[in-house]
Order: sequence, then C-alpha cells, then structure tokens
Amino acid sequence: MTNCHAPTTISDERQATRQESPLIALAGQPNMGKSTLFNLLTGLNQHVGNWPGKTVERREGGFSLDGKPVRIVDLPGTYSLTANSPEEVIAREFILREQPDVVVAVVSAANLERSLYLVAELISLPSPLVVALNMVDVAEHEGMHVDVDILQAALGVPVVPLVATRAQGVRELLEIIRQVLKGERALMPRIPEIRADHRQALQDISRIISGNVPAPYPTEWVALKLLEGDAELTRLMQRQLTAEKWDAVYQILVQHDDAQMAVASGRYEWVGRMIRAAVARPPIGQISLTERLDRWAAHPLWGLFILGLVLGAVFWVTFTIGSPIQNWLDTTLIGGLVSLADGALISAPSWIRSLITDGILGGVGSVLTFLPILAIFFAVFGLLEDIGYMARAAYVMDNFMHLMGLHGKSFLPLFLGFGCNVPAVIGSRVIDSEKARLLTILVTPFMPCTARMAVVAFIAAAFFGPYATIVSWGFVLLSILTLVLVGILLNRAIFKGQRSAFIMEMPLYHLPNWRTIGLLVWQRSLAFIQKAGTTILLISVIVWALSVLPNGDLNNSFLAILGRWIEPIGRIMGLDWRLTVALLTSFMAKENAIATLGVVFGNAQGVGLAQTLTSTFSHATALAFLSATMLFIPCAATMAVIHQETGSWRWTAFNIILMLVVSFVVSSAVYWIAVALGV
Amino acid sequence: MEPLNKMVCPLVHIKPGERARMVGLRGGKWLVGRLTSLGFTPGVELTMVQNFGRGPLIVSVRDTRVALGRGEAAHIIVQRNGS
Repeated sequence: MTNCHAPTTISDERQATRQESPLIALAGQPNMGKSTLFNLLTGLNQHVGNWPGKTVERREGGFSLDGKPVRIVDLPGTYSLTANSPEEVIAREFILREQPDVVVAVVSAANLERSLYLVAELISLPSPLVVALNMVDVAEHEGMHVDVDILQAALGVPVVPLVATRAQGVRELLEIIRQVLKGERALMPRIPEIRADHRQALQDISRIISGNVPAPYPTEWVALKLLEGDAELTRLMQRQLTAEKWDAVYQILVQHDDAQMAVASGRYEWVGRMIRAAVARPPIGQISLTERLDRWAAHPLWGLFILGLVLGAVFWVTFTIGSPIQNWLDTTLIGGLVSLADGALISAPSWIRSLITDGILGGVGSVLTFLPILAIFFAVFGLLEDIGYMARAAYVMDNFMHLMGLHGKSFLPLFLGFGCNVPAVIGSRVIDSEKARLLTILVTPFMPCTARMAVVAFIAAAFFGPYATIVSWGFVLLSILTLVLVGILLNRAIFKGQRSAFIMEMPLYHLPNWRTIGLLVWQRSLAFIQKAGTTILLISVIVWALSVLPNGDLNNSFLAILGRWIEPIGRIMGLDWRLTVALLTSFMAKENAIATLGVVFGNAQGVGLAQTLTSTFSHATALAFLSATMLFIPCAATMAVIHQETGSWRWTAFNIILMLVVSFVVSSAVYWIAVALGV
Repeated sequence: MEPLNKMVCPLVHIKPGERARMVGLRGGKWLVGRLTSLGFTPGVELTMVQNFGRGPLIVSVRDTRVALGRGEAAHIIVQRNGS
C-alpha cells in the first residue's frame, strides 16, 4: 500500500505565483451541496464562463485567506473520474494539469457510501486532498452518525464536518486549508487497491506503458484507467505506444474484460471499510420524508397531476406579478426614456434620434422590459430545482418524452423555455447523450416563450375579445403539439429512432437555500442582460437601419422592399407585406412584431393600433399571423446560443430552415382551414 | 425450492419494496461506467422503491435513489432474496 505521493514537479514560475495566490479546486458529486459551499466561500466574487472548447459551465471565484488572495475553481459535479462525460474529463484534466494546491472533496454525510466513491478516485491523484463532510445535519436527522476522527484516520486526509446551508463549519474548513497550504498538516492518504485477481494485470500494463505516458498523467493511474476501459485514455495510449506495445496491452485488456467492474468494486470495498469504521447506522426500515413525498410526486398518475398544478402555479406567479411590472417598464420607463431622448436630442440629426428611440430603446429596451418576468420565472424554477422537485418532474415526464426518443431529463430545459428559449437551450447541458441533447436544442425554439405570449395576448385581445384567453391557450397547445410532432419526425429521420439511456439520481428533498437561488437568478439575469447588450443590440441596430434606409421612410425602406419581395409567400398564409415585415422584424425579438406594426400603420401602440388591425385584417389572417409568430424562426439571441451550444453553423441553419418550413406549413393550414370554416 | 432461473432475473422484474442482490451487469462500457459509479456493482443490495410494470423505475442503491429507464434496468441482473 502506498502511503504517500511522489513529490510533484511544477514549474518555478507557477510555484512563485502560487505562493502569492494559491489555487483550490472544489470537487464533488452532484447534489452534495458543492455549489452552496462555493457560493459561501466566494459570495458575489465569482464569475461564470465556459470551460475552453466545452459547453460546460466553469465557475471561478476568489476569497482571501491570511491576507492572501486565493483562487477557487468549482469543478463540474461528477460521479467518477472516468471519461463517461465531458464533465469527468474536465475535472480530472484540471486536477492533473493545473495541480491545485488543495482539492476539497465535498461529500454528503447522508449519502456517504456513494459520495466517497469519488474520494476514492481523487485520493489517488497527486494534489493534496481535504474532505468536506457536508449535510451532517441531514444525516443526524436520518439517525446516522459519522465519527469524523475515525473517518479522518481511516482516509489519512483531513475531514471537516459542515452544514453548508447554514454556513456551519466553514471557518474550520478554511483553517484546515490554511494548514495544508502551509505544509503544517501531514497527509498520509490511504489509496484503494484493485481487486487481487487483477493486480498482476495492472502491474503488467504499467510496466509496458512506462516511459510512454505523456505528462502530466501518472503511469499507474493511466494503467488503471485503461483497465476501466476509459475511452479518452485508450485513444491517447493507442497513439503514444508502438503497435507492438499496444498489442501487448490490448491482449491483457481482452483477458481482463471484467476489469471495469473489478476496479469499481475495489473502490467500493475501500469505501465500505471507511463506512464500517466511521458510521453508526440506524436499524433499516424507517420511512424517510423523501420516500413519503415520492409516493405522490413520483407516482405515474398523481405525479403528473401534481406537475400540472406546479406548472400552473409557476405561470400564475410569474404572470400575475411579472406582467404588471413589464407593462409599467414598457410604458412608463421605456416610454419616458423615449420622450426624454426625443427632447434631449432635439437639435441632433433626425437619424440619430431615430437610432436611439426606435433602434436601441425600441429594440433592446423592450427586450429588457421582460427581465422582471424572467427573473421571477428563474426564481420559481430555481426554487423547484433546489428543493429537489425537478428530478421528480423529469421522472414523471419520462414516458411522454419517449415519444420523441428523448427521456425525462429533456423536460427540464424545455420547461425553462416557457420563460425564455435562451436559458432553455443552454439548460440542455443537463442531458448526457449528445444526440438527445441536439434533438432537445432543435425543438426548444418551438416552446412558446413569454415574448411570443406578449404578441399573442395583444393580437388575441384585439381580435377575439372575450375569447382571448381560450385563443391564447390554444396557441400554447398548438406550439407544444408542433414541438412533439417535429420531435417525433426528427427522431425518426435523423436519429433513426435511437433512445438514450435514462439514469438519474433522485436527490433527497430539502429546504430551499435562498442564497443559492438568489445567486442563480442573479447570474441568469446577468447573462440575459449581457446578451441584450451585445447580440440583441447589434441586430436591433441592423434591423433599424434596414427599416430607415435608404430615405428614412419605412414604407420605401429596404425592409419593405424585402417584405414586398417575399409577399407572395406571405399571401399563401393570408399575410400582406406589412404582416410579413412584422414577422421578419420579430427575428430580433419576438415582441417586435407589435412595435413594427405600430410603425407601419403610423400609430402609437395601444388602442389605436388594435382598432386599426381589426378593421384591416380578417380573423383568419389574425390566426395565421399568430401561428406564424409562435413557430417562426428563433429570435436572434436564441439563434446565437443554438450556435454556441451545438458548435455548428450547419445545425443552426438547419434549425432556422426547419422552423421556416414548419411555420409556413402550419400557418397556411390554419389560414385556409379558418377561411373554409368562415371564421 | 424455486428453480434457479426464477431466482436470477433482470432488475425490471423486482417488485416495489422487494430487495435483491446484484449479480451482474451487461452492457457497453459507457453504461457500465455510469452505473458502477452510481453504486451498481456486483454483490450490492438493491431495494426497489417504485416499479409499476411500465415506465421508468426507482431503485435504492447504497442509500441513493436512482431512476432508471426500463431498458437500462434490464441490463442489471439480480438475485432475489429467497423467501
């Protein structure tokens, strides 16, 4: 048994900066309270980005320890360090390449056996390890007691008990980190061993590959990962080794094709020893709160019923609180700013005034008024996620999602799409299979977002008066139905009906942590504002330019020329050039459709426009226009994230063409059916 | 005594509340890797939490509730606790 690590080499330059500013990595499995601890340590001093070249969120922050700035990186939550997903590769590459001065492994006292599995992997890596034993309160509540001193002695690394949700134990954790950084704490990690019948194979592989393993990978670790069938390292070593040597390794791997499970079993045996030593368990048989709640929330029938109620409540809260604020911002704040700008720029050239009032305030400004609605939606969504309900929602929706060859996890980002498609597309990251993720992204823009609902609410109220609510719900239903149909077809056509594996942890329910939810709302809102300040701003200005060039009159502008040019297509859907142009401008932000109609008809928004519209267009045209609005190409911001998340212009273009075709077909059908029925 | 083939079966046949010991795991490297890291290794005691005969099921392994699709659960071979 190895009791200490070989000294690691790290460049002098890096060592010098490290003395000034140590680097800490936070590792842990999902649902262990890792993010809560990260937020606790850094507060708002953190920033969210992406891991280079990957669509995985990277969170880095800082705090000060002993007057020194400490950098802390929140590694993605992973169950192991084998290359099953990009997250696992990122976590281990970071630890091996950046060689953090301390790795803090967050484990849950209530879930100790499984969470120590990752520790069994981390402890074999060169960086010093500290175990943060979180959720000791939950464990005590379930009657489990963990003896920290024994666990610490058994692991050979420091263990600090913690209740991150109540900020208990953080000072002690920082003290231990400080000691480890100063080298005051001797670590003697006990490293798990592979099962006896594979020990020889491990040694043989290590011997063969020794000298051919590129830095920074430890030789024995690579040998172990080869036995585990790690795809990434198998490819790497195949490239590194001569054909002869690879053949020798391959022969051993073939003989030990059950090694993958043997390695895992070895780790669990190691974990078992730790648990037996340190944990006092209650007699089994008591029914936990989670189990009692799940009898309802995860029931195939009641679960769907509860989900329906939850969704209804989410919309009710979002719109009863959010819509009045949005209205107020739109009329009072943006309206006020427009008149203010008009006044201030009275002597400026009229095109500058138009750029600021119509282009920037009218475009970006009106998009930003949706922020309160989104923030409330994010908060409610974050609350459901934090207390553990979202896993249940995914579970009960699994059967339904199978229609599209997707599974329950895809329901979560789609649901987020009701608020805004942008975070929904990004949210597809929770899906572990590439194909399922791509399919989810492709259908997400069919989700009726709040901006589209604003257009529907306006037009439906104008044309259908007392039936407006029914009409609005009808369009929500139409969108979802279209989404499902397109999903089924895409799955058949492109993905050949393949279905990805559904494996999902059902975390314990727990009380919400307001700090975590608050930070989530803050970060998502900030990302939305950044998008508005960049992509949406650019597109707003471009569309504005097209609408005023060449001679400042919309009716003769490039946009109108374009509208008239494609009017024949619009005609099939019952739309004239003005509605077609409104549809085109909705590309920059869905609710722009109304603003554009306001400009085209030379009216201010409000009653005047509603009356003009009803006297100009038939009900059939209104229905067709709304169908087209709901299903038309994704807005600029959504398109930008689709490209960002798929990393492919081809899929982005495919998505646009797909939606163009679908919106054309559906709204033409709606128009002609409505005409035939004499609506 | 029941015949052996009845004692050893895929996880999908285990009823809610029933306990069983895992004896094997078939499947590709990816699936095996995913399941083992969640605690599904040979010899481990499993308790079925929810299984309505269709749709996904919930099984408790090493104090963790895990939801599995039926396709995935069919890859896990268990031995029923004789009773």
